[in-house]
Amino acid sequence: MLAPVFYDPGTMIKVNFIEHDGTERTVEAVDGNSLMLAAVSNNVPGIDADCGGCCSCGTCHVYVNEEWLNRLKPMDEDEEDMLDMVDERRSNSRLACQIKVREHLDGLIVTTPEFQF
Amino acid sequence: MPDSLTSESSRKPSKWSMAGKDPWTMPIEDIDLSHPGIWEAGEHLPFLERLRDEAPVHYCRQSAVGPYWSVMKYKDIMEVDTSPAIYSSEPTIGIVDILPEFDAPSFIAMDPPRHHAQRKVVQPVVAPENLKKLSATIRERAAGILDELPVNEEFDWVERVSIDLTTRMLATLFDFPFEERYKLTFWSDMATAIPGGGVAESHEHRWRAMQECLACFTELRNRRINEPPRADLLSMLAHGEATRDMPPMEFLGNIILLVVGGNDTTRNSISGGVVALNKFPGEYDKLRRDPSLIPNMVSEIIRWQTPLAYMRRSAKVDTELRGQRIKAGDKVVMWYASGNRDPEAIENPDEFRIDRPNARRHLSFGFGIHRCMGNRLAELQLRILWEEILRRFHSVEVVGEPRRVYSSFINGYINLPVKLLPL
Repeated sequence: MLAPVFYDPGTMIKVNFIEHDGTERTVEAVDGNSLMLAAVSNNVPGIDADCGGCCSCGTCHVYVNEEWLNRLKPMDEDEEDMLDMVDERRSNSRLACQIKVREHLDGLIVTTPEFQF
Repeated sequence: MPDSLTSESSRKPSKWSMAGKDPWTMPIEDIDLSHPGIWEAGEHLPFLERLRDEAPVHYCRQSAVGPYWSVMKYKDIMEVDTSPAIYSSEPTIGIVDILPEFDAPSFIAMDPPRHHAQRKVVQPVVAPENLKKLSATIRERAAGILDELPVNEEFDWVERVSIDLTTRMLATLFDFPFEERYKLTFWSDMATAIPGGGVAESHEHRWRAMQECLACFTELRNRRINEPPRADLLSMLAHGEATRDMPPMEFLGNIILLVVGGNDTTRNSISGGVVALNKFPGEYDKLRRDPSLIPNMVSEIIRWQTPLAYMRRSAKVDTELRGQRIKAGDKVVMWYASGNRDPEAIENPDEFRIDRPNARRHLSFGFGIHRCMGNRLAELQLRILWEEILRRFHSVEVVGEPRRVYSSFINGYINLPVKLLPL
């Protein structure tokens, strides 16, 4: 891959994925894209995203670091319904396809589960 | 060989069957995908293609099962599947409306909140932690089955491998008496059988089998109630708050759902994978060269085969889909078998490509709240089976035309004559 010649740091946001075994990865997300897309386009393991990002499969499940949790928009009913079926759901569970990465989330930390269900 | 497709069936020819008709010239309004004829004959694909191209949301006015809508495109199927408030799963997910006396409700045919409450009870059986434990058992069983097979000699893959492996798995999930596991296969086949279609002679014949299934499982459940909770499906149903007081017909409905869900589907993906690799020998070579492609191939097999051809919904309100006006109460059938071959969503969809990018994005498991609960178990079984096959044999060669199931729902095989070639 060629590095872009002009790089505008204002449009890229850093997000951190921690695997269940502790492996950490920081990737750059495009402002306005979903966290799921940031993971998939940077080959972050542990995110399947079978449905391609329309909140209908539950396979981009992540645990959001508690400090970041209240900075996210609350989930809607569809996300709630999908997560309801995830067996390893915790209070900080979210679907990455429903998290829009914006500047205020620069530095976001999420953990991926061992398995996507 | 091809005459095996039409022989051995006791049913009478039906005026509704489109088998043998030209999919490209017959009046489009007369196309009726619900009749099993073209599916059994393996002639369904061009009919799906024509509707996708010319009438992607198609209304069939007249059929043996009444009028219904067919949704053919990937994108539209996704929309219907993820809009349960508009497209209800009640009263049933089959094309045929159920007579009240034969109604056995189950959570696949329920909307929220009842659906969620019941599904949650049994979901842990296929949770990742449980699958980890099951994988050693699956490998042992797959190895056991494969080691018994003859080499260089014709046999039926469906009977010896597809049915055997899935039935053993199902018996394990229910902790069903292992020696009587053939009953599970029988009940599964009867549950989806069309009376007069070869498996069940009549409604009554089918219903007797279902009653027998209910009696057997009720006895097993009663035993579980008096025992401490365990990690098998029956124990979960017996102790789960949302399921322990189910009326008998609802208990039967959920048992059938789990039996069929865990049986027919994986069975036909196991057979379908062999058929696909034989139709695309270049892919078989690719697989032998690089077995690390197996997990991706498994998703591709499940797409290519689409073991359940459709799911039905019922419109709850008047609505519109791709410009077509659908009225409240109308039957809406999502043809997964068509969406999975939609070139607008999947590149060269008729090709079987084991290294296809985004192979997981198929419709075979459905999407939304009713998405297949056992998807990971199905994938696990297929993955392990193919790992063990590659370890033992050069190839599984199809040596005769398979006989397909007489059903527009179960997209699969009655038999598949094969021969194993040694490494």
